[in-house]
Amino acid sequence: MKVLKIIVLVVLLGFVGIQFVPTDPNLSDVVPDTDFMSVNQVAKDIEHDLRVSCYDCHSNNTQYPWYNKVQPIAWFLEEHIKEGKEELNFNEWGDYSDRRKRSKLKSIASQIEDDKMPLSSYTLIHKDAKLSVEEKERILTLVNDLMEELDN
Amino acid sequence: MLTPGNQNEELILKSITMKRTTVTLSTIAIALLTITVISCKDGKKETNDKEGAHMEMGTEEGHHHESTAGEMDHGTMDHDMGSSDAQGTSVIDSYLQLKDALVADNKDEAAKSGQALASALGSFDISGYDEQQQKELSDIIEVAKEHGEHIAKSDIGHQREHFEGLGKDMVDFIAITGTSKTLYQQFCPMYNNNQGGTWLSASNEIQNPFFGSKMLTCGKVQKEIN
Repeated sequence: MKVLKIIVLVVLLGFVGIQFVPTDPNLSDVVPDTDFMSVNQVAKDIEHDLRVSCYDCHSNNTQYPWYNKVQPIAWFLEEHIKEGKEELNFNEWGDYSDRRKRSKLKSIASQIEDDKMPLSSYTLIHKDAKLSVEEKERILTLVNDLMEELDN
Repeated sequence: MLTPGNQNEELILKSITMKRTTVTLSTIAIALLTITVISCKDGKKETNDKEGAHMEMGTEEGHHHESTAGEMDHGTMDHDMGSSDAQGTSVIDSYLQLKDALVADNKDEAAKSGQALASALGSFDISGYDEQQQKELSDIIEVAKEHGEHIAKSDIGHQREHFEGLGKDMVDFIAITGTSKTLYQQFCPMYNNNQGGTWLSASNEIQNPFFGSKMLTCGKVQKEIN
């Protein structure tokens, strides 16, 4: 029993302790000129879809949930967002080369078609981020239009 | 003999111990979660280290090809990229290995070759080219490297998607760097819901990397390179 008490105490202290580790939240007030929405003509409804379903992990600004205040959840989200932004950052769209844009558009289309994005672990909590059939269709139409634009 | 009062006490004691167990269990759960998250981070580092190791392998391969390419190059003085042909060859060879792995439906080999391709591209020196070519090459390398890295960590369906993306990048890459190899640009009209997909092969015989054993001979030669 004594050993158990010590273990519990250590774990509790550890849990409290990690709450003080500083985090680097993904927050930015500036929307750069290179943002996907500034570079491209995007209809309001599609813009809304993308902002709600993609921008939390694929831009420099995340709408954090309350539980991001708790470690180790915050670390978990930080890793996710870092990885997401490396793959695709809508804020930096204008800086991408045409080749990279084309490659990213292709990936966006196939990820959405196959329901791989947005991640199911994300839509589990963010119910509104789940894309309906119509929402998917209009995003795919936009993606195809942009690809054709690049080819011409 | 237990008096009713004693019984009550015992019950209270029991419920206290139960509560304790729940608290202990939940703290242990939290501890495990913490450990998982931390070990996840470590796992990431490990893969990075592995990449480093592959990188070394990649350069070794590069050296190896340098000697063979040097010998082969005697006859092909017509293109002025003679010195960079070796590093170009290591890119093309990893690509062809990747193609073969996908033909054989071998996900693990494909992953390895994808990583080797990313490494070969990462160490490709573009300084010998003119400004325009450098810009184009660095664009190609950036995108193709990303494809390679994805292939290194994906299931075979996703590997094939990225391999399809690589097709155009490789054609454009070779158009600038040139190669002493004879390559065949091949096309399968059925891939990706009949949108089609292009790949390169060292043989004019069709062996389809998009479908593998499912449709091994679907496709045709579009062009001979070199």
